[in-house]
Amino acid sequence: MDKLYDVIIIGSGPAGLTAAIYTTRANLKTLIIAGTVWGGQLMLTSTVENYPGFPDGIEGPDLMMAMRKQAERHGAEVVELNFQEGDFSKKPFEIRVDNQTFQGKSVIIATGADTKWLGVAGEKELIGKGISSCATCDAAFFRGKNVIVAGGGDTAMEDAIFLTKFATSVTVVHRRDSLRASHVMQERARANQKIQFIFDTVVLQINGTDKVTGVKLKNLKTNEEKEMDIDGVFVAIGHVPNTMVFKGVELDEHGYIAVYDRTRTNVPGVFVAGDVHDKHYQQAVTAAGFGCMAALDLEKWLAESDSVAEQKT
Amino acid sequence: MSDLVFTDQDFEAEVLQSRTVVVVDFWAPWCAPCRIVSPVIEELAKEYKGKVKVGKLNVDDNPNTAAKFGIMSIPSILIFKNGAPVKTLVGARGREEYKKEIEEILGS
Repeated sequence: MDKLYDVIIIGSGPAGLTAAIYTTRANLKTLIIAGTVWGGQLMLTSTVENYPGFPDGIEGPDLMMAMRKQAERHGAEVVELNFQEGDFSKKPFEIRVDNQTFQGKSVIIATGADTKWLGVAGEKELIGKGISSCATCDAAFFRGKNVIVAGGGDTAMEDAIFLTKFATSVTVVHRRDSLRASHVMQERARANQKIQFIFDTVVLQINGTDKVTGVKLKNLKTNEEKEMDIDGVFVAIGHVPNTMVFKGVELDEHGYIAVYDRTRTNVPGVFVAGDVHDKHYQQAVTAAGFGCMAALDLEKWLAESDSVAEQKT
Repeated sequence: MSDLVFTDQDFEAEVLQSRTVVVVDFWAPWCAPCRIVSPVIEELAKEYKGKVKVGKLNVDDNPNTAAKFGIMSIPSILIFKNGAPVKTLVGARGREEYKKEIEEILGS
């Protein structure tokens, strides 16, 4: 089996799949290392209302399935395996996945970002026992219960609103004195009578043995600590970029992949797209845009490096 | 579909009384990561046929079993041996990870 690809795309969120749509349409042999859990963060969301083209919104998973279908229709190959490591010192580049090695003339890193957990005592032990990062998956288990949502951005608002379908009360705990969420999401959350807010406050500890029974909160302004009985904790404080496995690829001071000249990394032929390098926007539509940019830059780079190779021979 | 479906009614007989190790995928149709796990579970069911019982339980339709085992996050994969859960895997994982856990329990 010929395992040399023009481009290997690592990641299968909006950035990776959009890149694949462009590379395949440019007639480049394209492989997507999708991961065993493919589709990225949108697989954990409910309705996406800000992706253009869907006036009534679209379910996150439906959007991802459509993008994947579109990439595959143009000839992208998808493997649902987890990326292990990349050797970017050799040409072609070697990407190891389980027991297989794939070779690519170029690579797009589009591995996105994962849930940032609170990192407090009790959290690790109680994930799945009352602590969750996926409100759409787990809200139904909190029918008639009281929960908190940690965070103050759009995801936190979305989670809080979704949770009110089931929970008796939802308390948003946010470390700052005002929310980061977009105006429309804030309004919607504030208008919901089941949602309360606690500002300037962080979760210090999560209590419970078999399941979550409470949290310890700390007010950052007064330093006051208090216990609160609670049945569930939904974590929506942001994301961390998935960068740890790319040896030789430079990161910036915040731990994201360092970008040179639009979509290039420090390694020629290795490009980057989406939340793994973008700490500013982190939207589905910007990730898709970055995917397109990386694909176009890569196409040009391949054409140039091929013509250099031809001149040498 | 030929895959095994467990319910509140038959859980005792099919899982807890089972002589073989049983893998149960707690899922619901509205859970996107569950949709990713489902085909993996179906593959494992084929692969371990006759050796390990591998099946699914819809938590919407079978709330009693889900509550009994304290399921608060899905997908959750529970592996049962001799009538009790011996391993819980919360969140979608890869095929190889599930296999590793099954093999470990078979070998123990």
